[in-house]
Amino acid sequence: MADNKNVLVIGGGFSGLTAAVETAEAGFDVVMVEKTPFLGGRVTQLNKYFPKLCPPNCGLEINFKRIKNNAGITFHTLAEVEKISGQEGSYNVTVKVNPRFVNDNCVGCNACAEACPVEIPNEFNFNMDKTKAAYITHNQAFPFKYVIDCRYCKGASCAKCVEACKYDAIDLNMKPETISLNVSSIVLATGWDSYDVSKLDNLGGGKIANVITNMMMERLASPNGPTSGKILRPSDGKPVQSIAFVQCAGSRDENHLPYCSYICCMASMKQATYLREQYPDSTARIFYIDLRTPGRYEQFYWKVKDDPKVSFTKGKVAKITEDPETKDVIVEAEDIQLGKKIKAKFDMVVLAAGMVPSTKASKIPGDITYTADGFVASSSLKKGIYAVGTLKSPVDVSRSVQDATGAAIKSIQSARRSK
Amino acid sequence: MEKKFGVYICKGCSIGESVNIDNLIKSTARAAKMQPEAVRVHDVLCSPAGLEMIKNDVKEGTNAIVIGACSPRVKFEEFDLPGAITERVNLREFVAWSQDPNTDATQSIAEDYMKMGIIKVQKGDLPEPNILPDLSKTIVVVGGGVSGLTSALEAAEAGYEVVLVEKQAELGGWAAKLYKQTPREYPYEKLEEPAVFAKIKEVEAHPNIKVYKSAVIEKTEGQPGLFDVTIRTNGTGETIKAGAFIMAAGWQPYDASKLGHLGYGNPNVITNVQMEEIAKTGKITRPSDGKEAKRVAFIQCAGSRDPEHLPYCSSFCCATSLKQAKYVREKNGDAVAMIFYKDIRTPGQTEIFYKNMQNDPGVLLTKADVTGISDAGNGNMFVEAENTLLGEKIKVEADLVVLATGIVPATRAPQEYLDGLTEAGKKGDDARKAYIESTPKPEFILNLDYRQGPEIPSLEGAYGFADSNFICFQYETRRTGIYSAGCVRQPMTMADASDDAAGAALKAIQCVEHVAQGIAVHPRAWDMTFPDPLMIKCTSCKRCTEECPFGAIDEDEKGTPFYRINRCRRCGTCMGACPERIVSFKDFSVDIVGSMIRGIEVSEDEFRIVVLACENDAYPALDSAAIKRNKINPNVRIIPVRCLGSTNLVWVTDAFSKGIDGLILLGCKYGENYQCHFVKGSELANYRFGKVKETLDKLQLESDRCQLIQVAISEYDKLPEIINDFVARVEEIGPNPFKEF
Repeated sequence: MADNKNVLVIGGGFSGLTAAVETAEAGFDVVMVEKTPFLGGRVTQLNKYFPKLCPPNCGLEINFKRIKNNAGITFHTLAEVEKISGQEGSYNVTVKVNPRFVNDNCVGCNACAEACPVEIPNEFNFNMDKTKAAYITHNQAFPFKYVIDCRYCKGASCAKCVEACKYDAIDLNMKPETISLNVSSIVLATGWDSYDVSKLDNLGGGKIANVITNMMMERLASPNGPTSGKILRPSDGKPVQSIAFVQCAGSRDENHLPYCSYICCMASMKQATYLREQYPDSTARIFYIDLRTPGRYEQFYWKVKDDPKVSFTKGKVAKITEDPETKDVIVEAEDIQLGKKIKAKFDMVVLAAGMVPSTKASKIPGDITYTADGFVASSSLKKGIYAVGTLKSPVDVSRSVQDATGAAIKSIQSARRSK
Repeated sequence: MEKKFGVYICKGCSIGESVNIDNLIKSTARAAKMQPEAVRVHDVLCSPAGLEMIKNDVKEGTNAIVIGACSPRVKFEEFDLPGAITERVNLREFVAWSQDPNTDATQSIAEDYMKMGIIKVQKGDLPEPNILPDLSKTIVVVGGGVSGLTSALEAAEAGYEVVLVEKQAELGGWAAKLYKQTPREYPYEKLEEPAVFAKIKEVEAHPNIKVYKSAVIEKTEGQPGLFDVTIRTNGTGETIKAGAFIMAAGWQPYDASKLGHLGYGNPNVITNVQMEEIAKTGKITRPSDGKEAKRVAFIQCAGSRDPEHLPYCSSFCCATSLKQAKYVREKNGDAVAMIFYKDIRTPGQTEIFYKNMQNDPGVLLTKADVTGISDAGNGNMFVEAENTLLGEKIKVEADLVVLATGIVPATRAPQEYLDGLTEAGKKGDDARKAYIESTPKPEFILNLDYRQGPEIPSLEGAYGFADSNFICFQYETRRTGIYSAGCVRQPMTMADASDDAAGAALKAIQCVEHVAQGIAVHPRAWDMTFPDPLMIKCTSCKRCTEECPFGAIDEDEKGTPFYRINRCRRCGTCMGACPERIVSFKDFSVDIVGSMIRGIEVSEDEFRIVVLACENDAYPALDSAAIKRNKINPNVRIIPVRCLGSTNLVWVTDAFSKGIDGLILLGCKYGENYQCHFVKGSELANYRFGKVKETLDKLQLESDRCQLIQVAISEYDKLPEIINDFVARVEEIGPNPFKEF
């Protein structure tokens, strides 16, 4: 028997959350499915938002509260859509819910993680530290319920967590479940991934220890990150005193991403403030093609530019190498305004990796067409299916929120048309 | 309602190992005036068996419930008990997980929290909705450009009646003045026909939309669901009922007459708006002599990104100039377009269009600071620039110069006028009068009858843009039921404006629907409670009317305040402001919190500190600290409040007269980039407490005993220390001298 709801939202990141709560607060039933064990998506990994430099968990907390207070929203984590058929008014959707191995009895006490003997790479922190196979990503995660990573768990032969849990919350035999939904409309909000910087050979991505991505930088600066918010370089844990940001790492490059990823200029400037706030003598240098701070974001650029320890160099970085002894990073670029070549050494380099729509790698099952770059071709979508946020083009959080709220009205229209 | 109490204590999650449950039962029973046997204890209250126990009691009539277990932030579904007043006492995070087990101090914390929970339920009541009669669900859209048209259509398609008010004689705004649009689809090569005309047709034909052209809003009275909107068209006024507004009044091009340094004034120096008109003629000719322009220079950031003019980027001018360069090239294959820019800003896939244009050898792009535009004779101009990519100064001849002028939101002029009026008002009535007489009054957009002013206030430091203060909540308006959309909030492209306008339409719909159910809108969109003042005791001091951030309280002819409840966002600022303490919500009142404070046990040999914590950020931060098993100072007792704006000064008296040694107000950051979702809650609280400090000093009670601390949700790691520091300072001051009384 299929579960009847007005709207299905695929993806529980900020766009999906917004689409879901906004639709529900307009009086319609929503079901949201999220692939990972927790809601919030990419923004949960960010330290601060530009340009206000406020913590993302603040807005997330409010949205989680909105979910808690609205009986019209249900959600499934670890859930993947397997099949979509039908048309506006009656889409039949098959969803596979992968086992969490932790049931609703979980109280979030951490006993399972303490007992778990298996250390695993912490993907939430881009493998910069370790966590346990029984884990929760951070202390404001939602739902506040542990999960067991079955790729690493030793299963019944170990079962230390089962023993440690006083609440019968762990079930190592949990099996995937399939649920059927019948909905009037579908909002696609499966978000984005960072461009794989290991494809940027000349920039040392994934090869040089102290060359990290902008998303890794967010984790390094986050109080709930691998270094509790201290910006320390990966090779030796040394506080970072000089940093270079390499803009358009993948973006605006026909061999990689032909489009501009929109957020990276603002993100790098924001990250420069992270460093400058932490170490008064530190310096940051931003290598760019064009600085793109549209609208009132321009003000943020001016503010950062006012800091004499932040410098901007117009020029594409040609090559990044490592000093084998010190592990410092050597950046070679051309300052095209001065028309000369530069070679400079930094403690750490951040690659402003571009945005890739999640649909580049994993297509949403159903009759959906994509552009050459993997974005959803919105104009070709069937009636009653709406794509939002970074699935259409690279956007920041504000614009994702606008777009997702707009998708909510489209879903309501679908629901009304189907009555 | 007649209350039948049910008190439950959970022993799980180390609560049972941290406190003496028997003693906790006894003290709780005393507070609840019930037999100790009636207090129900369970090993794991959130387990199916535990929940069944509670739910069975509810079935048998228990309707006033206190649950001593985990934080209300978790297990919300499990402990959701419709029809019962339910108070969750945070014994897990605030006791078991953040205190040393089995100490006297820990025991007394648990007992205090349970007692406070009992008091809250004793004093509270179940909410009933306040639904006003004769509500309208009609949505008024102000502005008939791309944003307004989109909002109108989306709301109408969702089944709502829409009234669209457009100042001009025709719909379409700036979009209707375009020759072509920039490409929006792969391969981003072909210019598109303006899409707005189809939209205009749809709007004009839609049965749910009534369009007023050449019309302005003369007056807006009332509140969400009950707005009376007077629309004036060609001299005739008509008043309609409406439920909510979308303000999409759009923008004006920056006044090019201020750009004399860029040659404006010379007939062959035109704006990007004029360029569209010229392109529509079929040939790119120059104004002075009608000669075909073959060397067209585009000057980017003409006004924008300039502290002397517009200190922001206007977002679409780079793409517009690239598009217009294409006009030049398409009309004449021999013509050359030269674009002088600071940075080319073509975010997203517009970059691909830029790439395509770069590949055209007839389009020359150079980074440059344009230093001047001078007459070259024959109607031609020299464009002089420095800091070019070649590092040298250049001088290029052009037969037509296009200034990529930026945008000024329609909200800017009213805001500036009103800011001037406020400033003049500060100097007295005469100065105010003189200002009104001497300053030309710009066109207002909404003409609201709010005492806070006739327009949506623009965001501070946002140059007149009526944007949201919040990244996560783009439609968190400061005028309930009125949502801005499009270029009044941010410079944006037509595509972005359409997305934004659809979002604003949804918010307007939510507003009329919530008002119809008697519940609040964002950010307390579930809240059925409302401020209910005991008017008989009102002294008409007007503090509530002045402090309400949303203009929800007005005064009648006699000066007595009254609520326009549909404007209210339920923050409780009025409750905090009222010196007579007459404002109450069913589950939150001066008496409830005051009684909770007075319920805290105070002993002579221990310091006792009360923390009033904002439930949006401060409370979750404290919770998060506890989840990390950080120790919270055992001397403190935490009481959540809706917003620090709701803190009433009498609570200070309650605390200090009871013998409490110190008081912390823990709330959001204020000032620039404020975090308060009720605009000024923590700032107001700070202001009020500034006043109370004088009184404390007079009573020889050191004012340092009371402090407001701003905290972000992410600062949970620092919180325990911040609290410890405060407690240490109070300890230095010594015990509250009133303790012995």
